[in-house]
Amino acid sequence: MLIKKPADAPSSEITDKRLYFNRRTFMAGAAVIGAAALVGDKVLGLRSPVTAEAAGAKLDIASKIDDAGGEKLTPLKDITNYNNFYEFATDKYSPASKAKSLRTQPWTISIEGLVKKPKTLDIDSILKLHPLDERIYRHRCVEGWSMVIPWLGFSLSELLKQVEPTSKAKYVEFTTLYDPSQMPGQKTNVLDWPYVEGLRLDEAMHPLAMVAVGLYGDVLPNQDGAPVRVVVPWKYGFKSIKSIVKIRFVDNQPHTAWNKAAPNEYGFYSNVNPTVDHPRWSQATERRIGEFFKRKTLMFNGYGDQVASLYSGMDLRKNF
Amino acid sequence: MKRDHWLKPVVFVSCLLPLFLLVWKGFTDNLGANPIEVITHSTGLWTLIFLLITLSITPLRKLSGQLWLIQYRRMTGLFAFFYGSLHLMTYVWLDKFFDVHAIVKDVYKRPFITVGFTAFVLMIPLAVTSTRGWIRRLGGKRWNLLHKLIYVSATAGVLHFWWLVKKDISQPVEYATVLAVLLGYRIVKWGLQKAPMRNLKPARTAAPMTKVADLGD
Repeated sequence: MLIKKPADAPSSEITDKRLYFNRRTFMAGAAVIGAAALVGDKVLGLRSPVTAEAAGAKLDIASKIDDAGGEKLTPLKDITNYNNFYEFATDKYSPASKAKSLRTQPWTISIEGLVKKPKTLDIDSILKLHPLDERIYRHRCVEGWSMVIPWLGFSLSELLKQVEPTSKAKYVEFTTLYDPSQMPGQKTNVLDWPYVEGLRLDEAMHPLAMVAVGLYGDVLPNQDGAPVRVVVPWKYGFKSIKSIVKIRFVDNQPHTAWNKAAPNEYGFYSNVNPTVDHPRWSQATERRIGEFFKRKTLMFNGYGDQVASLYSGMDLRKNF
Repeated sequence: MKRDHWLKPVVFVSCLLPLFLLVWKGFTDNLGANPIEVITHSTGLWTLIFLLITLSITPLRKLSGQLWLIQYRRMTGLFAFFYGSLHLMTYVWLDKFFDVHAIVKDVYKRPFITVGFTAFVLMIPLAVTSTRGWIRRLGGKRWNLLHKLIYVSATAGVLHFWWLVKKDISQPVEYATVLAVLLGYRIVKWGLQKAPMRNLKPARTAAPMTKVADLGD
């Protein structure tokens, strides 16, 4: 009846075409279910600088990098009110309020394992470790929705090289805070706490892999992984572990939280890949938050030019 | 009987409230970051809720003696079909954008969609034959037998919910528990009906049991 294909415009003409789709979006949706008024509103709505400033302390930004091909930023209120953060709740709407119980000061990260100089860094020294970039990344959740987020931080490699990994180190394992008094979701056994994620060393050292300490110019809101998290934009969102307290260099592939929970559904690599479906749903398309039509999911979330070489010769169906 | 004059419209409007609420939230920008997901989940949940309400009417009226409740069973059943249709439409339109190929593939390939689709399809003959004319045409016995399909439909619906959640199955478990109680009631009743025929005191229990049986469930 309407249009079969998602709004999949080349980035060069994205503004015009999407404005056009937004109008249709608004008309079509409002007619039936009434929700599209809101969708149109979200798509057309500009980010509100007022909200951004109200959220927390401003951070100094040394440089701005657009790694999302000029795509429109997802509004702050969606980035901060639609979060998968099982440490607080298994739905995506309540972490925004429940994460208030997280205390992000004082906060330390211990970096250890197969390294020459193990270190424990507090959050202030991490903030000063390297000038902060604003990096605009696409974020693709394994559930089939996506956002475009202006993170603040720097390459993960800047942090990792502080401790001088030894030649035995093959993987990096990250661990989220475990404290059920601050993170009430940890009182349930929905996942095997604490949350653990991992990357191969070369993935972790890739310049796109990032330590994020803020978004939209401010420190990270708690529900987005305060005070410090990892962002790996070419992998499904759950690989980008939040609120980390420990980084460990190891020689074996880490046992990661979602992989332990359902090994047939969430592989260690979990690279965004439209040709490998989740056993229960397709990964070929995604719903960009704020848009009505679905988009085609891009291989490596659109970062193939930068990261595909990390996986040359690997069967990505097997190593999903 | 006067009660029906005001109660029926009240129940009818109440059954529409979840939809009104959804539309209201839509127009006031209160459906959150992913409104289509909320619409999909909400219409799906209300389908299950109405199926369970429909299934609870027979036990309720028997246990409470409020026999007039039966008059609302068709309405709640049709509302289950109504919300189920909205749920399916959300999927066909807002998720798949009428891509028949993708839908067929989904139904074939993804067990949770297969059972969900089954649950809906099984509701169609029930909705179609919900009229008095159809009860007459089929005859009470056959009509009752056909409408036992709601057991399959509700079970498939709960399974659909169970299989789609990522990890936290606490909510599907709640629905499954209610369904188990409602179906368990029927199994127990069926067992009690059978029991006297096999052994104990057939003379004393036969009369009340046939009465129970003819009311349909």
